[in-house]
Amino acid sequence: MAFDEMLTAESHPRLPYKTYHEWYTNQDAAHLIRKTQDAENIFRKTGITFAVYGHADSSEKLIPFDIIPRIISAREWRKLAQGIEQRVLALNAFLDDIYHKQEIIKAGRIPRELIEKNSAFLPQMIGFKPPGGVYTHIVGTDIVRTGEDQFYVLEDNARTPSGVSYMLENRETMMQMFPELFTLNKVQRVEDYPRLLRQSLASLAPPGCKGKPRVAVLTPGIYNSAYYEHSFLADQMGVELVEGGDLRVIDGRVKMRTTRGYEAIDVLYRRVDDDFLDPLTFRPESALGVPGIMDVYRAGNITIANAPGTGISDDKAIYSYMPEIVEFYTGRKAMLENVPTWRCSEPASLKYVLEHIEELVIKEVHGSGGYGMLVGPTATKKERAEFAEKLAAKPNNYIAQPTLALSTVPIFVNKGIAPRHVDLRPYVLVSDKVQIIPGGLTRVALKQGSLVVNSSQGGGTKDTWVLED
Amino acid sequence: MLGRTANGLYWMFRYIERAENIARLVDAGLRVSLTRAGSSDEDWHGVLESAGVRETYSEVHAELTAADAIDYLLRDQSNPSSVMSCIEFGRNNARMVRTALTRETWEATNECWIDLKARLSRKLKPADLPELIDVIKHRCGLIRGAFHGSMLRNDLYNFSRIGTFIERADNTSRILDVKYYVLLPSVSQVGSALDNFQWESILRSVSAQRSYGWVYDGEYQAANIADFLILKVQMPRSLAYCYEKIVSNLGYIAEDYGERLKAHETADAIRSTLKRGTITDIMDQGLHEFLEDFVSRNNQLSAEITEGYRFYQ
Repeated sequence: MAFDEMLTAESHPRLPYKTYHEWYTNQDAAHLIRKTQDAENIFRKTGITFAVYGHADSSEKLIPFDIIPRIISAREWRKLAQGIEQRVLALNAFLDDIYHKQEIIKAGRIPRELIEKNSAFLPQMIGFKPPGGVYTHIVGTDIVRTGEDQFYVLEDNARTPSGVSYMLENRETMMQMFPELFTLNKVQRVEDYPRLLRQSLASLAPPGCKGKPRVAVLTPGIYNSAYYEHSFLADQMGVELVEGGDLRVIDGRVKMRTTRGYEAIDVLYRRVDDDFLDPLTFRPESALGVPGIMDVYRAGNITIANAPGTGISDDKAIYSYMPEIVEFYTGRKAMLENVPTWRCSEPASLKYVLEHIEELVIKEVHGSGGYGMLVGPTATKKERAEFAEKLAAKPNNYIAQPTLALSTVPIFVNKGIAPRHVDLRPYVLVSDKVQIIPGGLTRVALKQGSLVVNSSQGGGTKDTWVLED
Repeated sequence: MLGRTANGLYWMFRYIERAENIARLVDAGLRVSLTRAGSSDEDWHGVLESAGVRETYSEVHAELTAADAIDYLLRDQSNPSSVMSCIEFGRNNARMVRTALTRETWEATNECWIDLKARLSRKLKPADLPELIDVIKHRCGLIRGAFHGSMLRNDLYNFSRIGTFIERADNTSRILDVKYYVLLPSVSQVGSALDNFQWESILRSVSAQRSYGWVYDGEYQAANIADFLILKVQMPRSLAYCYEKIVSNLGYIAEDYGERLKAHETADAIRSTLKRGTITDIMDQGLHEFLEDFVSRNNQLSAEITEGYRFYQ
């Protein structure tokens, strides 16, 4: 039986949910069904959509929103926040190290080839220090819970974590639909995120930048699955939303084409992958990036967030070394645990994984978004056999983890409430300080028993409340 | 403002304007086929011509039938000027420039798209057409209303307006050009039932059957109709009105940016042609030649704006 965050085994509400639960039991079901409809209409009207790649007929979809909030107490949050801060600082130190002295390799804690043969490792970054020494300006640490005090980090998402617009729109929607809940409960604010993001980005402008730094968001364009979020963030921060075609390197600066001429950009929050960032340095066919931007970057004339080459810390094989990484750079044991991980590149692990495939979740090392993974316990025999072949053919490409009994939070269904598995992605801003927004994005698997919360695989979202003390 | 944003706004409003104009053309076409005894499917020839899709239509359909023509004009996505395509392109442009639009304008555009996508996804039944055309006009009106009521009067606003009027001027001149022969005094039998029909359909395609009556005491005369659509500055779909607006919107941008471009000279020149001209001169010079020349100067202005304000590069 998975740990339920709202109700104990005796069906009593846990402490953080006490006020909410009391309110809920006094609601009329028909009213809540109507509210669920309202929420959907708000999302559709606003165009809060995402694209599922490979679906020709439905290029824009809504992420289902559940009206029951996920509630975290101040005490639980403090513990999480400390663990996340420690981890994020370690990640930045790790990145700085592997692109400079490589002490962690010299100390024998991480195999050299794991770094240097990794496609996410960018030799162009060697010896270069990004402005302020910050690599991961924005991080979205994925956390799962299995018990009252048991949290695990599932992924670090140090590259380009998405979903923060849902965190904000979910809160906005809840406040519109149930204002009374926010007087009954003291919920910590998430609304400051765009302002904090802008401040945080501006504070890391290149040292040569005089006056108010000009910030812009770089999007691949309207057909990208997260385009809504890109436009939302640019809008909320009050900065330009640019595409590669708007930018050009002129006189050693990255400039955007405006109706009055070319204007320089100081900080670029890019939502374009490393590979596509600069066709002169990386993929030559990329039309999404800016030819020559890496030269401007290395000359110290623009800040790119997150820094190119941070993707290596998102790698799932590196993930398995995170406990060592945290300890190596902070001198303390990791406060948040890693999910035990088998590296299939190691023969003994591979053997174990193949023998226990029906118990494990197997993931591609570079994969994300729930694509290319196998959930052993729910897969069919045929799916498992096919996956085992892929695994045996390219073991370096995979890691495996036990299927954790993820905690559940009830969702609202027509018959009342039903428990569903959830995870949590808090958002972290790094500048000269680490700021963690209290809350984050709770993703919920809408299918009964399912452990896959990704929106591309039919997951939904919930508003996430961190209560004040 | 980004050049791409100016481009997106300009085309967003061109497409919304075009969608509405196509709906009006279909409306006028339907009206003719309802009121005219012995009307035939061939009447749709002129409608397709006005919409500028006569040739592409025949690539898709071997024969000309009312049902196929209506389908092609309203919902066929292979027709880049169908209402559905225009709304789709308009909304894509709106998505691209979302950060430049007020929430009201974006939502009106998005809801227009959601509603029309649903309505135009099924085959059309003749009985549903009047309501559908009303909905299209209504939805486009809502976008315009939200835009007027909420947008800052800055360069964003001016580029959007210029898109609207360049498109409208193009549409009005095309409608006239397709029917220019019925406006020629030499072949028209003034006051004949046939002419009244044609004229009414012209006025209907620019939603002006009533306002024409107010200005010209209700008498249909070829020269008056041409005068109304070309030179009457009070008529919001006339070429003269469109150019009053274009010149003033371009003027605000020049003032704001402190710089006049080639486009300003071109717009001024077109406006002064329309201001100075009389309908007798135009008829004498040749209505068709006049309109052809106008369409090409209008296109030239569009290209100069695009280049001068760095829409693409």
